[in-house]
Amino acid sequence: MADEEDIILRDLSDSELIEQMHDDLYDGLAEEIHEGTTILLERGWDANLILSDALVEGMRIVGIDFRDGILFVPEVLQCADAMKSGMGLLRPILADSDTNSSVGTYVIGTVKGDIHDIGKNLVGMMLEGAGFEVIDLGINNPVENYLEAIDKHKPSILGMSALLTTTMPYMGVVIEELDKRGILKELPVMVGGAPLNQEFADAINAHTYGRDAAMSAELAKTIVGRNI
Amino acid sequence: MGRKLHKSLLVACGALAREIVTLRQQLGLDDATMTLKCVPAEYHNQPAKIAPAVEEILAREASSYDRIFVAYGECGTGGALDAVLESYGASRLHGAHCYEFYAGASQFREITDTEIGSFFLTDYLVKNFDRLVIKGLGLDRFPHLLDSYFGNYTQVVYLAQTHDPVLIEKAQVAADRLGLSLVHRHVGYGDLAGAVGILAGEKPALVPTNSDRMGGR
Ligand code: B12
Repeated sequence: MADEEDIILRDLSDSELIEQMHDDLYDGLAEEIHEGTTILLERGWDANLILSDALVEGMRIVGIDFRDGILFVPEVLQCADAMKSGMGLLRPILADSDTNSSVGTYVIGTVKGDIHDIGKNLVGMMLEGAGFEVIDLGINNPVENYLEAIDKHKPSILGMSALLTTTMPYMGVVIEELDKRGILKELPVMVGGAPLNQEFADAINAHTYGRDAAMSAELAKTIVGRNI
Repeated sequence: MGRKLHKSLLVACGALAREIVTLRQQLGLDDATMTLKCVPAEYHNQPAKIAPAVEEILAREASSYDRIFVAYGECGTGGALDAVLESYGASRLHGAHCYEFYAGASQFREITDTEIGSFFLTDYLVKNFDRLVIKGLGLDRFPHLLDSYFGNYTQVVYLAQTHDPVLIEKAQVAADRLGLSLVHRHVGYGDLAGAVGILAGEKPALVPTNSDRMGGR
């Protein structure tokens, strides 16, 4: 930031590079993240480890400062773009490797009437970083879309996002429908979005409320029994 | 503290200040009879700040007034604003946000049901588009984020309070800036007019002033 000296990423030791990548992610520097990821891969790092130690950990720090009002939405979007540039390199490797089995399938979508998707996309990215196969239904989803996706993808978790007071109750509508169909017993439903809170999540009978992306990814891992 | 003044207090989002002053003027009232206290409009993008800011004003001022009204919608406070209002026995505008109480719930629903990808502007937002939308969302610093924000949108719907060709033109510039088409609907002051009238203790029989017709001041 204040330090204007150019840092040669290749000259850094592994641990220095990881730390530098946290800084670069924080500053939303997509090219640097791309380069850092490339260097770590060349040094023989496991793609999973790069994802968790460099990218996910970096975004976790970003998430904390966003929650505390130090970073704002545009900065977080920049950080997300930077993370994407690293993920783009890792994704094909992770998909190819036999060692990597997905920890579960996660269907996520913004509810009907709502087209806010920044938070949902961030959660999706962190879930992917945590090893989930993420099926993103996009925005403005009526209950039918969720039902269809559940039927098709047999997810371990369903996630719904809402940012408007007027669309939050629709999450309850979806949960009720899942209950009626006997799906809710087996399918944990996570809900999130800025105006939500634990109380609301309890009131609509959601399994888990996710306050932010990093925490949601941790909670999701716990739900599928992958967090000790 | 105990002095009884027949005055009303209006705590409002800064985005409604000018409109409230116009409505108050139409009712023949001034700041002495209907005192206006504003919370910064910028809190719109950080709604967690709204309820504490309203509470601070109420804590300081409420006891000096015998009628209080809060000119806010729910505004994404997640119930926090309503909890504050309840503890002061105050009420607010019905509806989730200003677009809904200006247009009225049914017209608002009709617009979003017809085109979900609608981004709403009001007179205030048209006038302050650069500051609140462009700078507020960081699009001045990061123009490439335009698609991340507005990729899901197809049109700007300008819900106008006044008849002002200059603002319609500005709304067009704003829509162009976002790469969206413009729909213009004159909706007036909607439920805000009624609420200000009721606070004034009158049936809201508003006399349109010249300044309103001209859309200026
Ligand atoms: C950015 C923004 C927009 C952008 C959206 C861009 C996009 N592609 O999403 C734009 C400018 C386009 C926009 C449009 C609108 N918006 Co808006 N918007 C916001 C703003 C400022 C930030 C939301 C955001 O993206 N935050 C950043 C992300 C990272 O945080 P997040 O969404 O909370 O997500 C985190 C957690 O909640 C959680 N999470 C989220 N989803 C999920 C899901 C799961 C499963 C889990 C586990 C966790 C989880 O993890 C995320 C990551 O940490 C909020 C105010 C605010 N600060 O909340 C208003 C806000 C939500 N918008 C609001 C309004 C009114 C609108 C419009 C109607 C405005 C208009 N002029 O037309 C339209 C909506 C149209 C529609 N039909 O949806 C109001 C809602 C008021 C209310 N009563 O509900 C708010 C509160 C602003 C306000 N005070 O008026 N908006």
